[in-house]
Amino acid sequence: MIVAEQKPLNEIKSMLKGCKKVLAVGCGTCVTVCFAGGKQEVGILSASLRMSTDLDGEAVNIDETMVQRQCEKEYNAPLEADLEQYDAILSLGCGVGVQSLAQQFPGKRILPALNTKFMGYPAEHGVWEERCQGCGNCVLHITGGICPVSRCPKSLFNGPCGGSQSGICEVDEETECAWHRICENQLNLGLFDEMMEIQPAKDWSSARDGGHRRIVREDVRIPHDGKA
Amino acid sequence: MSATEKTFAPQIVAFCCRHCAYSAADLAGSARMSYSPSIKIVEMPCTGRANVVEILHALEKGADGVAVAGCLPGTCHYIKGNTLAKHRIDHVTELLKTIGLEQQRARMINVSAAMGAQFVAEFTNFVDTIKTLGPSPLSGETSNTRVGSQS
Repeated sequence: MIVAEQKPLNEIKSMLKGCKKVLAVGCGTCVTVCFAGGKQEVGILSASLRMSTDLDGEAVNIDETMVQRQCEKEYNAPLEADLEQYDAILSLGCGVGVQSLAQQFPGKRILPALNTKFMGYPAEHGVWEERCQGCGNCVLHITGGICPVSRCPKSLFNGPCGGSQSGICEVDEETECAWHRICENQLNLGLFDEMMEIQPAKDWSSARDGGHRRIVREDVRIPHDGKA
Repeated sequence: MSATEKTFAPQIVAFCCRHCAYSAADLAGSARMSYSPSIKIVEMPCTGRANVVEILHALEKGADGVAVAGCLPGTCHYIKGNTLAKHRIDHVTELLKTIGLEQQRARMINVSAAMGAQFVAEFTNFVDTIKTLGPSPLSGETSNTRVGSQS
């Protein structure tokens, strides 16, 4: 899932300067699951902002609502009917959700309440770890199901660096060495010999380095010219 | 009673677990112990049910203080509801700091069902704390505009 966390309250308050009435919009998908932008968090943030701005003598009226998926315009469409009364929308969606609202409602100011962090996995309740960087060319089949791109700080492709100490990464003592885990998994799978094959330098053009990415699937695309 | 004898009467919401604090309040009443009528008890199945939004809403609507009263540590009927509630109260007090309200306006209290006297003592202490702080700035009132006859 996409993992996000709320911006500091004072940063959000500073975004609201000059606003009298704001609509806080949560998202019912990834950011609900990671407790950053679900119904509860919308309620907590809205109440906090109402109280704090009231105490500052610049009360902002904040209404609350939810959409199931802010990243899809069909779910956002019902918001349009009431938008006129608001000076801004405070989105508790990920960066995709914020941009979807901005694209869909170009005349309305959209403010981000969250910092979108990574695509991650809930390691335990309240703990999320990065698992994927969307590099565009998955290698998990040759790395024992452990991603060296997202889990090795150096994104190495041919074994651990000298900073691997007893399975722990030199960057952070709470971070496992991804390549230590890859070797362990390949041993368990009886595939350790495959590790001897040298992997060539990765082609990063499929990742962010290749610029803004886009996927077009003609098989599922709906023609807009009215022809079958 | 003259106006000068009147004292600030706080409004305090107490989310009480039915297995302990709520029963302790009953016990205190049965034993004819008195405690401040400022305390407005909301019965809950467990303090694990208390959530941050409800606590903030109480304060937003003008409550001067909010207490969550649960079982003694390690004795929750549902294993760890009171532990979770303590984490949430800690979170609320941090939020209050950033919001600009006094952190002492939210408190976790732990009593067993047999601790009627302790319930009275803990809440009397909380009421005293709130009286020292004065009315919540969100209540729109001052000590002079909201008075009562209770001690």
